[in-house]
Amino acid sequence: MESKTDQHLFENFKSELKREKKVVFIWQISILISFIALWEIASKLYWIDPLLFSSPSKIVNLIITKFGDGSMITHVQVTLFETVLGFLIGTILGIIIASTLWSSTRFSKIMDPYLVIMNAMPKVALGPIIIVALGTGYLSIITMGAIISVIITTLVVYSAFNEVDPNYEKVLKSFGATRWQCFKEAVFPATFPAMISTLKVNVGLSWVGIIVGEFLVSKQGLGYLIIYGFQVFDFTLVMASLVLIAIFAAIMYKIVERIEGWLIKHTI
Amino acid sequence: MSFLTLDHVSHHYFSKSGYTKALDNISLSIKEGEFIALLGPSGCGKSTILSIIAGIMKQTAGKVLLQDKTISDSDLAIGYMLQQDYLFPWKTIIDNVMLGPKICKTNSVKTKEKAMDLLDEVGLCDVADAYPSSLSGGMRQRVALVRTLINDPKVLLLDEPFSALDYQTKLKLEDLVSQLLKTYYKTTILVTHDIGEAIAMSDRIYIMDANPGSIAKVFEVPLELRNETPFLVRRHPKYQLIFDKVWEELDKKAQEGGALK
Repeated sequence: MESKTDQHLFENFKSELKREKKVVFIWQISILISFIALWEIASKLYWIDPLLFSSPSKIVNLIITKFGDGSMITHVQVTLFETVLGFLIGTILGIIIASTLWSSTRFSKIMDPYLVIMNAMPKVALGPIIIVALGTGYLSIITMGAIISVIITTLVVYSAFNEVDPNYEKVLKSFGATRWQCFKEAVFPATFPAMISTLKVNVGLSWVGIIVGEFLVSKQGLGYLIIYGFQVFDFTLVMASLVLIAIFAAIMYKIVERIEGWLIKHTI
Repeated sequence: MSFLTLDHVSHHYFSKSGYTKALDNISLSIKEGEFIALLGPSGCGKSTILSIIAGIMKQTAGKVLLQDKTISDSDLAIGYMLQQDYLFPWKTIIDNVMLGPKICKTNSVKTKEKAMDLLDEVGLCDVADAYPSSLSGGMRQRVALVRTLINDPKVLLLDEPFSALDYQTKLKLEDLVSQLLKTYYKTTILVTHDIGEAIAMSDRIYIMDANPGSIAKVFEVPLELRNETPFLVRRHPKYQLIFDKVWEELDKKAQEGGALK
């Protein structure tokens, strides 16, 4: 009898949970729909200038035709390729630099002011110099994507290295471990969660770097389409590119989130 | 003949604003197979002594000799067990235990067998592939003990290894550790602030003084108590006698300290 009421209470709790989830979802969807509807109506009735602010129907049409004739696919591919590469290089390089800083306390002391300056500096301002140095190809753009996340990754990972409980090292040192062994066995694996959490931040940063890079030089990519649309006053194209960037950035974020969950489950 | 000797060892901690003397002129000698306890208030440098013997820190003055060789020259392994288990959460139990052999590059099928045997001895061979997070505090501390023993250390340093455990677990583990160390004839230094534990487990008790850390008094534990298991020592009629003596000594110290303040 008692277990029956327990079960009943549990069922109640579950349906309550489901209901709450549904309500939240309905609100989310209605905000999206009303935003799009309002935009469409405002544009149709000339409350806003359709030339400047376009309209959802035009954007969708444009995306469909551009994907249909294949011209959009190359732009998307180029931007995604650059972003993923910039993201990977920035993250991995940051972790490597942090490791070298950890390997020598003196080196890290020497580097400290330079790191502070480089971190404070707006990296996109380096854009023109990178282009002059590396040319106007993919290389500059990928560098932009990487450089924007590398310093912050270095700083975050390095400080995480230093926050590892020294007693783990004490255990290893009592076995006679060298500094490298301490790093490999304790410091690096203990910092893994911190490294993974920088991934999420870096996804966002890499998009910034790549889009700015494309603004500056490229002949292809979503950033290029935005600038091009702006120059020829085709704001439907600008908006369509923005929509695509939003979609792909969200997808990439979700993928990284999945990888993060998987890595944490299998390493900690 | 002395197995481990501390000869007028002093240690200073330096910082920008000055220095503190953590250890002052510590001399003691331990025979092979002996179990001694360092007992004293917190901050009396007990853990510093262990770190120096383990070779993690270098003393600022004096000599530490293991079989007439300095610690850095000796190739005898030293086992160090900390207050908390410090098992690596990302490694399985067996990988945690195998850490010592891995560091010393003596990793082999044989050492792995030995690890399993030791785990079996502490009743944990069925969790070898589990992760530390799924074990209780007592089990984790037993794993830490096995990890300490795997390299076959001649000297074992125990830094309040039972203080983070609940009372029952602690008593059981004391018995287990005591029996294991006797079987393998290990020389052991136990750091503790628990008078009962010191009496129950050790052959000799060094009472320490704080600021700077120094040895205030030495108590020999009566022979009748040495061969009993720690649990039974606590019921022995002589236990209370020596407990009172140690208590008196510590109390005197505490009052002196109070008067100084």
